[in-house]
Formats: sequence, C-alpha cells, structure tokens
Amino acid sequence: MSEQTAVAEQQKTVHLIFTRQDGPDSKPYKEEFHVPYRKNMNVISAMMEIQRNPVNAKGEKVAPIQWESNCLEEVCGACSMVINGKPRQACTALVDKLEQPIRIGPMSTFPVIRDLVVNRGRMFDALKKVKAWIPVDGTHDLGPGPRQSATEQQWRYELSKCMTCGVCLEACPNVNDNSAFIGPFAVGQVTLFNAHPTGSLNKEERTEALISDGGLQQCGNSQNCVQACPKGIPLTTAIATMNREATKHMFKKWLSF
Amino acid sequence: MSNQTDFLNRRLHSLLGVIPVGFFLLEHFYTNYFATQGKEAFEGAVNFLWGIPILRFLEIFLIFIPLIYHAFYGLYIVFRAKNNVSQFGTFRNYMFVIQRVTGVITLIFILWHLWQIWFQTFLDPTPTANELATETANILSNNITAILYGIGVISAVFHFCNGMWSFLVSWGVTVGPRAQLVSTWVWIVAFVVLSYFGISSIVAFHDPNFANNVSALQ
Repeated sequence: MSEQTAVAEQQKTVHLIFTRQDGPDSKPYKEEFHVPYRKNMNVISAMMEIQRNPVNAKGEKVAPIQWESNCLEEVCGACSMVINGKPRQACTALVDKLEQPIRIGPMSTFPVIRDLVVNRGRMFDALKKVKAWIPVDGTHDLGPGPRQSATEQQWRYELSKCMTCGVCLEACPNVNDNSAFIGPFAVGQVTLFNAHPTGSLNKEERTEALISDGGLQQCGNSQNCVQACPKGIPLTTAIATMNREATKHMFKKWLSF
Repeated sequence: MSNQTDFLNRRLHSLLGVIPVGFFLLEHFYTNYFATQGKEAFEGAVNFLWGIPILRFLEIFLIFIPLIYHAFYGLYIVFRAKNNVSQFGTFRNYMFVIQRVTGVITLIFILWHLWQIWFQTFLDPTPTANELATETANILSNNITAILYGIGVISAVFHFCNGMWSFLVSWGVTVGPRAQLVSTWVWIVAFVVLSYFGISSIVAFHDPNFANNVSALQ
C-alpha cells in the first residue's frame, strides 16, 4: 500500500445518524457521528468506535450509544435494530454494503429502554402463552422418544432457527400498539413443537392457546415476516399450517360438544 | 381458559366475505350483465329475482346482516393496522394495503349505490323492472357517476379476489409458497374477468340508446 492510499484510508469516515432516547419515557432525538473507516466494519464496530471516542458530528462530547449484543454472528438476536429502514441484526450489517449516511434506530415496536436497547419481553411472554416447549419432566425415565423421519427433521430444523430477535414483529403491520397480536415467530414455534413426535402429544393445548386473543387470527397476510426474517424461517408456511390446524381444531371441538 | 372470541369473530368475518357476500357479488354481476343484452333482457333477469319467494327475508339474512358484519368488523381491522409499504415494498404488502383501501372504497360505494338504486325501489310500493332499468340508465348516463361506479366496481372486485386469496390461506387451504403463488395467478385472472363483466354492465347502462336497444337474442 502506498503512503497516499494509507493516508486516504485513514481520512475516510463513516457517517452515522442515530435515533437516540435517553430513557424509557424521554423523547427520541437524532444525533450524528463521523467515525474513522476501517476495512470490514460492521455497525457494531462503528458503535464501538463511538464508545472509544464519544464525540458527535458537532464536536460535542456525549454519552456513547447504548446497544445490546452477544454472539456477533447472527444467532442470538440481541442486536436487532432498524438500519436504513430495515429491522436487522447490527452484527451482520456490514458498513461497506450500507448506503451512507447510515440511519440507525431502535425497533420501536418494542418499549425502548435506552438508545437502541429495547425490551423484547413480550416475545418471551408469547412463548409462555403458547406453551412453546415439550413437557417431558417426570419422576421416572420415560425412555427414548419416537423416531423422526428425515423430512420431518428438515422441516423442524428450518423452524428451529428462530432466535427471538423481534425482526418479524417490527416488520408486521399488524403488530402495534392498537393490536394484541403476539407476532409471527410464535406461530412458527407452535408449528415447531407440534411437529415434534413427543411434542405433538400436547399439540391441542398449543393450538388452543395460539387461537386465543391476539393469536394466529390477527395475521393479515402481508407476508412481511417471511421477507424480513434474517434466518429465512418459512413463517408464512407455518402460519398457513397452523391455520389449517386451527380449522380442523375448531370443527373437532364444535362436533364433540 | 383462553378466550377465543377474537378468533371466531375473525374467522366469521373471513367466511361471510365469501358466503354469502362474495356469492352475492357474483350473482349481482350475473344479473347486471343482462343489461348488455338490452333493456328487456335486464328486466327479465330482475323479474326473475323479484319472483324468488321470501325475497325480503333473504335480503336481510343473506345479504344485509352478513354485509354489515363484514363491513364493520373490517373497518375495525383496517384501523388497527400500521401500514408500512414504504419500508417493505413487497407485492404482498401492497396487496395488504390495497385490500384495506378497496374495502373502505367498496363500503362507501355500496352505501351510495344502495341509496341511489335499492332504496328508491324500496320506497316505491309497486316497483317495476321497467322503472328500475330506466332509473338505473338515467343515473349512469352521467359521465362522472359512471366513472365513480367503475371505480366502485373495480374496488369491489379487487377486494373480493384478493380476499379469496387470503381466505384460502386463512382457512389453511393453500399452505405452501407454491400453492399460494398459483392461487395469486388464479385470482388475478378472476379479477380481470370479473372486472370485464362489471364494467361491461356499466357501459351498457351508460349507453344513451340503452332504453331503445332491442335485445339481439330476441
């Protein structure tokens, strides 16, 4: 690398515009930053740069940006935020592939705690509501479960990729303050556990919970979830599968009174 | 125990959109299409309908009540959505928004249409098919009215066709992406065909010679 290129590279900066919020009840505001460019930067490393030198574009020293992240390889779902209008993980949002200025804000479908930190608690409540687990606890050994076919395994593997990141809720037009919709991901999880040979022993309970208030029926078929899901989970197929299940469940229930 | 009223309401809304409201739309288009065969043919179709026994009962229980439910529950659904096509400009997301917009347009159109045509025959103690045909032709002879009717008809057809696509998903008939894609094309064709029938009927009534045209079939 020649000396000039090195200098040019050093002077290159990344322009970021954040939607910040100091606390859960404070008003959001915009703040701009210019951080020095490095090769292969992602949004997280750009924010770490701000942590090192928390000076905004006006040259004022400010509190560094707050965010959550863990795995840094798009499997934990913690660093979800809205980057250039799209909800996604900050760790896989590469600066080289983003249009500048990069606009970053929290996923406002969730209660904002500070800056980009949101409370995704409602997702875990939703999982509890639809009983997204397989109850196998007992006082004695239940023995091995039934075998699964390779086709079943493949289908369940796709559904099991969910990391509760919240992107599908942010993308869904029917998840908002006016609606009680628990979100597409929960439907995918019910499909996952209902498709498990042991899990299917409790499938009626899950289906029943999934069609209670704020459940499956709130889907309006905009199909944004399947487009937005970073893990490519076939969410709309899961939704339609559960719709079919719910139709059967409904008639079965009515006819067995 | 979990509460499933919401689920039942939503499924009822979906079902009523097809049976009887969607069925009535098809029937209505069929009857009106007789107008393209001339005034007498249309009068014949109207007299056939008016000859159905317990017509008022059927109107109330198979058209009005289901339609009112579908309309009001539909408005409730419309106003709860946070539309985001600017963020997610995908085909299905546009369909989602247009479904809601055409639903509202169709509701306004139906109220206007009922007021202009149905309500007048309702007030008349001895309505005749001849009067109805003349009155309809009279109303639609106005260019602006004819264009607004065209918009109303296309909205209704769109809402019906895209609604049928959603109905098939919501009841678990079309599950996989391929089935849903095939369904999309089927309903696009249905949209074109039904729009043609609807618009042809309007054009027929709009024609200044409507009253004088002697049916080609007779």
